[in-house]
Amino acid sequence: MWRVEKMVSPIIEIDGLSYTYPGAKKQSLSNVTLSIDKGDFVTLTGTSGCGKTTLCRCLNGLIPHFYGGEIKGDVVVSNLNVRDHAISELAQQVGFVFQNPENQLFALSVEREIVFGLENLALPPDEIRERLEWALKTIGIEALRERSPYEISGGQQQRVAIASVLAMKPEILILDEPTSSLDPQAAKNLFQVISKLNKTLGLTIILVEHRLDLLSTLTDRVIIMDGGSLRIEGNPREVFSSMSAKLMGIGIPKIVRLYQELESPPEKLLFSIEDFVGYLKRI
Amino acid sequence: MIKVENVSFTYPSGVNALKSVSIEISDGEFVAIMGENGAGKTTLVKQFNGLLKPGEGDVYVDGRNTRDLSVAELSKDVGLVFQNADHQLFCETVEDEIAFGLRNFGFSNRVNKKRVKWALTLLDLQEYRKISPFMLSGGERKRVALASVLAWKPRVIILDEPTVGQDQSQKERLLQFVRQLNTQGNTVILVTHDIEFVAECDPRVVLMSHGRIVADGPAKKILTNPKLIKKTSLILPQITQLFFKLADLGFPKDVISICEAKKLINDFVARRS
Repeated sequence: MWRVEKMVSPIIEIDGLSYTYPGAKKQSLSNVTLSIDKGDFVTLTGTSGCGKTTLCRCLNGLIPHFYGGEIKGDVVVSNLNVRDHAISELAQQVGFVFQNPENQLFALSVEREIVFGLENLALPPDEIRERLEWALKTIGIEALRERSPYEISGGQQQRVAIASVLAMKPEILILDEPTSSLDPQAAKNLFQVISKLNKTLGLTIILVEHRLDLLSTLTDRVIIMDGGSLRIEGNPREVFSSMSAKLMGIGIPKIVRLYQELESPPEKLLFSIEDFVGYLKRI
Repeated sequence: MIKVENVSFTYPSGVNALKSVSIEISDGEFVAIMGENGAGKTTLVKQFNGLLKPGEGDVYVDGRNTRDLSVAELSKDVGLVFQNADHQLFCETVEDEIAFGLRNFGFSNRVNKKRVKWALTLLDLQEYRKISPFMLSGGERKRVALASVLAWKPRVIILDEPTVGQDQSQKERLLQFVRQLNTQGNTVILVTHDIEFVAECDPRVVLMSHGRIVADGPAKKILTNPKLIKKTSLILPQITQLFFKLADLGFPKDVISICEAKKLINDFVARRS
């Protein structure tokens, strides 16, 4: 089975990146420097308009190739400088799943949806068939293959969007608020699918999300952006325990907020329900 | 204020979205309509401002049957903010967008100006006054859509998934002014599956599933019922999950908000030490 080789070396390197949309007066990104290792599960969050989506668009070349605008600094993804490579070429390295699956899906059946990108790569039919089956199976949507993407639920649509991106066998999967229109149970299930892709295939994940309650135990690294810059980063425990995360308007998990608001909190951060139960049983 | 009697509704595609639904919402109530995607929540609230008319049964707004009224007439009293702002926005600037509804309702220019300014300030949109709504982020566009409805001050305000794409600080602001609208006497109806948001504002919760209302009562009672929550694809509030696990230490199970939780735990810690 195909698996991204897991080794600790940066797969994304961003150096001094600044970007201004055409016609905009203000920079959307200012002097961003960031390196992401192969196999990381990174959650990118921040208030709306902080530059999260813009940063993602730089990683698959939509910026500058599609949006234009003024870009400074370098973005290197899988050893390709995005400035010098076409979106189609980058799409084989970086899969992108959008906020609203309706904007991404267009084919008459789930199968057609998944093979479309593969046919465009002019892969041999056997390979296409194989990848189709693999993607359907990995995401657990084999039963949906004949269905129209328009008559399935939002959660299922997002899975189809992920499967169609996965079939391209990218090394990096970027998901821009993929759960924003899903109900909580569907969101939780989708996060589990994403976590599985990260753990079993070693796929590098960049997830833009506000729903940190459900993610805090799945992600390795949380990055908080504000006003076009990176402000706080670290593992979820470190990030959520810094008060500045709260000041920046981040939806830190309620359990952590409860901890922060206690009259005499224990020294060690209570990060999960289990932490809380353990603490209260001990005292 | 709003009375729905045995309403059934089937879309032309054949989807039977409402199955004999009855509900009454009084003046000044604060209601959250919750349930899984496709439960019929949006279909139900579209009956309130006449966007959809019942297939069977009747809907009354202030005693008037919605069958006899146009959407324009009903909208003056019942403002609906759509889930997807893009279905609602079309003007060239944010300011025009907000002024559009006002002009249609025939407000004078002077009132118009004042209301636009008020709505821009309320939703923190002043700096975007002159730019196209389509240049804005998803969360910002949602705020424009909300501002454009609030501007004509309908008595009933329906917000369809207002927290989607909003960050925490905007959610907190939203929570504040939803409460404010409610204390000023407006009827506020939220359609949402953001259970953590609802847990903090403690409204009356109407739970829908497969086109029917399956539960109706105070948030504290509904959101802490694991069976109902599971049935409707929701998840128990984090705080409730915690208190379920604390039951053997003598804590109550029906806790949903941080505020309550904090008090209970502080008292417990004080007693123990």
